[in-house]
Amino acid sequence: MPRMNAAQRHGVEFTLNGRKVRAEAENRMLLSDLLRHEIGLTGTHVGCEHGVCGACTVQIDGKPARACLTLAQQVRGSDVRTVEALAPGPAELSPLQAAFRRHHGLQCGFCTPGILMSLDALLRERPEAGREDIREHLSGHLCRCTGYATIVEAALAAAEEQWKEETPNA
Amino acid sequence: MTRLETAGGLVGRTVERVEDAGLLTGRGRYIDDLPVRRDTAHLAILRSPHGHAEIRAIDTTAARALPGIFAVLTGEDVARLTRSMTVGVKANVECWPIARDRVRYVGEPVALVVAENRYVAEDALDLIEVEYERLIAIVDPEKALAADAPVLHPSLGTNLINERSFRYGDPEAALATADHRISIRIAYPRNSCTPIETYGVIAEYDPGEDAYDVTANFQGPFSIHAVISRALNVPGNRMRLRTPPDSGGSFGIKQGVFPYVILAAVAARVAGRPVKWIEDRLEHLTASVSATNRVTTLEAAVAADGRITALSWDQLEDCGAHLRAPEPATLYRMHGNMTGAYAIENVAIRNRVVLTNKTPTGLNRGFGGPQVYFALERLVHKIADELGLDRLAVIRRNLVPAGAFPYRTATGGLLDSGDYQTAIDRACAEGGLEALKLRRDSARAEGRLYGIGYATVVEPSVSNMGYITTVLAPEERAKAGPKNGAQSVATVAIDPLGSVTVKVASVPQGQGHRTVLAQVVAERLGLPLEAVCVNTELDTARDAWSIASGNYASRFAAAVAGAASLAADRIRERLAAIAAAQLNVTADRIDFGAGKLFDRDNPDNAISFGRVAAASHWAPGTLPDGTGQTIRETVFWTPEQLEAPTAADGINSSLCHGFIFDICGVEIDRATGQVRIDRYVTMHDCGRILHPGMVDGQVRGGFAQAVGAALYEEYAYGNDGSFLTGTLADYLIPTVMETPEPLILHHETPSPFTPLGAKGVGEGNCMSTPVSIANAVADALGVEDIRLPLSPSRVSAWLYAEERPSSKPRDVAPVATGASGERLLTGAGSADVVATRESVWTMLLDPNTLKAIIPGAHEVRKVSDTHFRAEVTLGIGPVKGRYRADIRLSDMVAPEAVTLSGGTEGALGSGRGTGRVTLTETATGTRIDYRYEAAIGGKVASVGGRLLDGAARVVIGQFFQALARHAGGGGPPSAAAGFTQRLLSLFRRRG
Ligand code: FES
Ligand code: FES
Repeated sequence: MPRMNAAQRHGVEFTLNGRKVRAEAENRMLLSDLLRHEIGLTGTHVGCEHGVCGACTVQIDGKPARACLTLAQQVRGSDVRTVEALAPGPAELSPLQAAFRRHHGLQCGFCTPGILMSLDALLRERPEAGREDIREHLSGHLCRCTGYATIVEAALAAAEEQWKEETPNA
Repeated sequence: MTRLETAGGLVGRTVERVEDAGLLTGRGRYIDDLPVRRDTAHLAILRSPHGHAEIRAIDTTAARALPGIFAVLTGEDVARLTRSMTVGVKANVECWPIARDRVRYVGEPVALVVAENRYVAEDALDLIEVEYERLIAIVDPEKALAADAPVLHPSLGTNLINERSFRYGDPEAALATADHRISIRIAYPRNSCTPIETYGVIAEYDPGEDAYDVTANFQGPFSIHAVISRALNVPGNRMRLRTPPDSGGSFGIKQGVFPYVILAAVAARVAGRPVKWIEDRLEHLTASVSATNRVTTLEAAVAADGRITALSWDQLEDCGAHLRAPEPATLYRMHGNMTGAYAIENVAIRNRVVLTNKTPTGLNRGFGGPQVYFALERLVHKIADELGLDRLAVIRRNLVPAGAFPYRTATGGLLDSGDYQTAIDRACAEGGLEALKLRRDSARAEGRLYGIGYATVVEPSVSNMGYITTVLAPEERAKAGPKNGAQSVATVAIDPLGSVTVKVASVPQGQGHRTVLAQVVAERLGLPLEAVCVNTELDTARDAWSIASGNYASRFAAAVAGAASLAADRIRERLAAIAAAQLNVTADRIDFGAGKLFDRDNPDNAISFGRVAAASHWAPGTLPDGTGQTIRETVFWTPEQLEAPTAADGINSSLCHGFIFDICGVEIDRATGQVRIDRYVTMHDCGRILHPGMVDGQVRGGFAQAVGAALYEEYAYGNDGSFLTGTLADYLIPTVMETPEPLILHHETPSPFTPLGAKGVGEGNCMSTPVSIANAVADALGVEDIRLPLSPSRVSAWLYAEERPSSKPRDVAPVATGASGERLLTGAGSADVVATRESVWTMLLDPNTLKAIIPGAHEVRKVSDTHFRAEVTLGIGPVKGRYRADIRLSDMVAPEAVTLSGGTEGALGSGRGTGRVTLTETATGTRIDYRYEAAIGGKVASVGGRLLDGAARVVIGQFFQALARHAGGGGPPSAAAGFTQRLLSLFRRRG
């Protein structure tokens, strides 16, 4: 990484939701602040800024990561995905999102984008994920509204649906 | 009957929520997402590191000089432009949103910085110098009452800010003649339902009109709007308060944002530009708002058969450092239902409110219920045990009879409806109580620790705005004029194309109000759900609202949805009249369905809803005589049952009273003391259910928070007032792994007092679950004095009480604390250096050397030969801050030994300590031995104990390492420093 001056803003180029972006950020700027306040994608939420609640979770190169513990400059050249990229089209929902709506997997929705990003990564990597895998991934997130049961049900339903689609003869 | 029929309509069905598509795709609009004016600046708040201290001086010069700073305000600057906030009791005390001459809790605002962005604003906080003189802090409500206790508010002369006694029936006689008198004493801890979204405010001031315009994620009650306007010294119409479309949860907590509304508004005025403030999590946990902690002694007069004839309550309520509106409401919200689900005719109550050096309290889900029911239901459990009766039998013996509704309680509450006996019978049968008992018996037969607990709770909803005046003596009330009722409001409007919009002042915090309102209104008007659009943003300058507006006291389903149905009915009636004229039938034959109005007897004779609905816009002259417009109908609804307190202090504190009966089975791990909830059954009667999915969501969410309160969560303080749970790694919110799935059952008895028959439901488990878990743990362990949270360490202490009888944790300090209650660190170590004693000695006294070897030092100044001042930056866990250290040398025996003592102070906390350093000559040079004792308080003390202890050792270790290096190549540290060394290398690897 090149040497940078702490007081100056430096360019950072990366892929965001499939498009190349170039933004400016001071060294100390968090990725969560860059996404929300510089780029204007406010779907990624901030609940604690110390890595516990999971609301800020995004995917960096396919892996879930806490945007509040990531400096903006760290994503140079990376592929970043946020909740805004999950739906296939403007008036559509992804199977996971639709399952959340069907199963009442959200109330205030503040924790939801982070949870969706974690579960989306899990279901891509391990389409066969079962209840325990889902619970384990979900345990990195805090939700204060739902008591979690409906989130687990939604994720299981989405996993099953995806499983059926991918293995039509199963 | 389990569930009421839904009659094919929309109400009562679990439809998908209209809110969800936006929230799932990142298009929610929470406060921090809203667009702001381009010149908006950011506010950051300097907060007190001390629980109790006088402010001697504040120097803001350096902060003001920082580029990008627009304004710096102290308490005095704020006071010049505002008035003290209204206090809810008669007392000679002021209540400011920011400290003036004294700080009274850790986290209390001390100064405000307005800057071009949050990063720069926080930089400036580090540059503000505050000189404090520490006072003894009081955190225990009982100690606060001692004659020699330091007084928080000198004008008050005492920490007891309010006391009232009440008497209903003849409790003294009942107690005097009872077969048994059985009592229990409990101390309910502090906690909070902590939403995942923190507070946020965007404020603007218009000097031309002397008017404020504020958007805040405030949840109501809007009686607080009056408090804000008064504090800002403007009429209510110059204080425009708006709420964002979405909120990231509240559970009562976001009522507490209002002091920050005042601070941000004043900051905007001084800075001459809009100001935005988003609270961070450390601020939220430390200083947003907390539920009250309460010490209760409850005594019952009991007949031999278990019948309770009187209750005598003594409640000591701890509201923290200031009595902020609407407190002491937590203590009075349950006043009408202090007898719970039981028919008890004689009641005595003594209520005292005390101030301590803790965060001021406010709304929190369950509001007063957890504290009351913990005492009441623990007592009922104890009564059964002491009389050798079955616990369920004692509960059943005392229940309000099924045919007695509406039932007037001794304290003046009016229980609207219910059938408690049947609900309990069903819960036992459908919840499998017999099987659970067998499970317990077989577990016990194997030597395992298993217990069953119950809780029986009446859940009040829709608060009477007059209940809080019960805190005033009847004469004071008479003077102030009666307060009562609870206005709820809804507007149904029709636009020129005939589509329907609903507006309410319910300020939802994630519960799905828009969906339910669409269901209610669409059903009334015979429209599909999607045809109705609901707006729940509130703007006090434009919308219909009243002091009761907002999202609290579970008033939505019972009151707000009811008002919406009344408004829809009024429009429906007029639309029917218009359609009747056009269809040539009488209005009573008009029905609504499938987007049409039609003749019930001849459905082909129909006209589209849109056409009838738009007529008021396009052709008002064609409306039948006497038919009013159908453009907009606003209904205010207040139930007549919510009367002002009577002269005898009777108060119907809430309109609706739901019923809950919980059964809990726990197993306790003998080795670890961990409590595992094995089975949980929760039976609810919340009247008519409008949306089963949402009702279950409310029950589950409340249950999860209650499990947290019972087992993990506590806003813990050291005895010096330092706050110990400032991160989500210390304040433990249950994850999915800690949240069991309850069996939820319903028994609906519609409320006769609400338009839709619905009652509130969201708060009940916060009242019932902590005590049912506690009862189960008491059953498993045979311990009476059950304290929450039931952490493994606390439970282990009970388990092994025989071996260590004194280890009952009476004080709630999770870490070692010093005499003053701060976090105490001690340690010792040594280092060998290749230099003479004299040269090491000189180094220790030389500011330049010290600057080079003190970790993080920017500057070391020598004030005198024995007095140094240093500026250092240290990072401990997530908390990095700048500190000023003051170091004095004493007991100097050159060149052998010296005692260093001193203190550090910074925005994030403070520390004091002493260290004795001795220098001994060795064959190769000098051996430095050190031994220290340090106490840490303030924000850093709220970082996890282990992290802090480790970090302190690292820092002190670094100092001597550096000294050794500086002295010319230090030898390896000796064994005593081994731990330090390991930690150091750990940190180096990570760094
Ligand atoms: S905001 Fe990043 S984990 Fe909480
Ligand atoms: S839905 Fe509100 S925090 Fe999860």
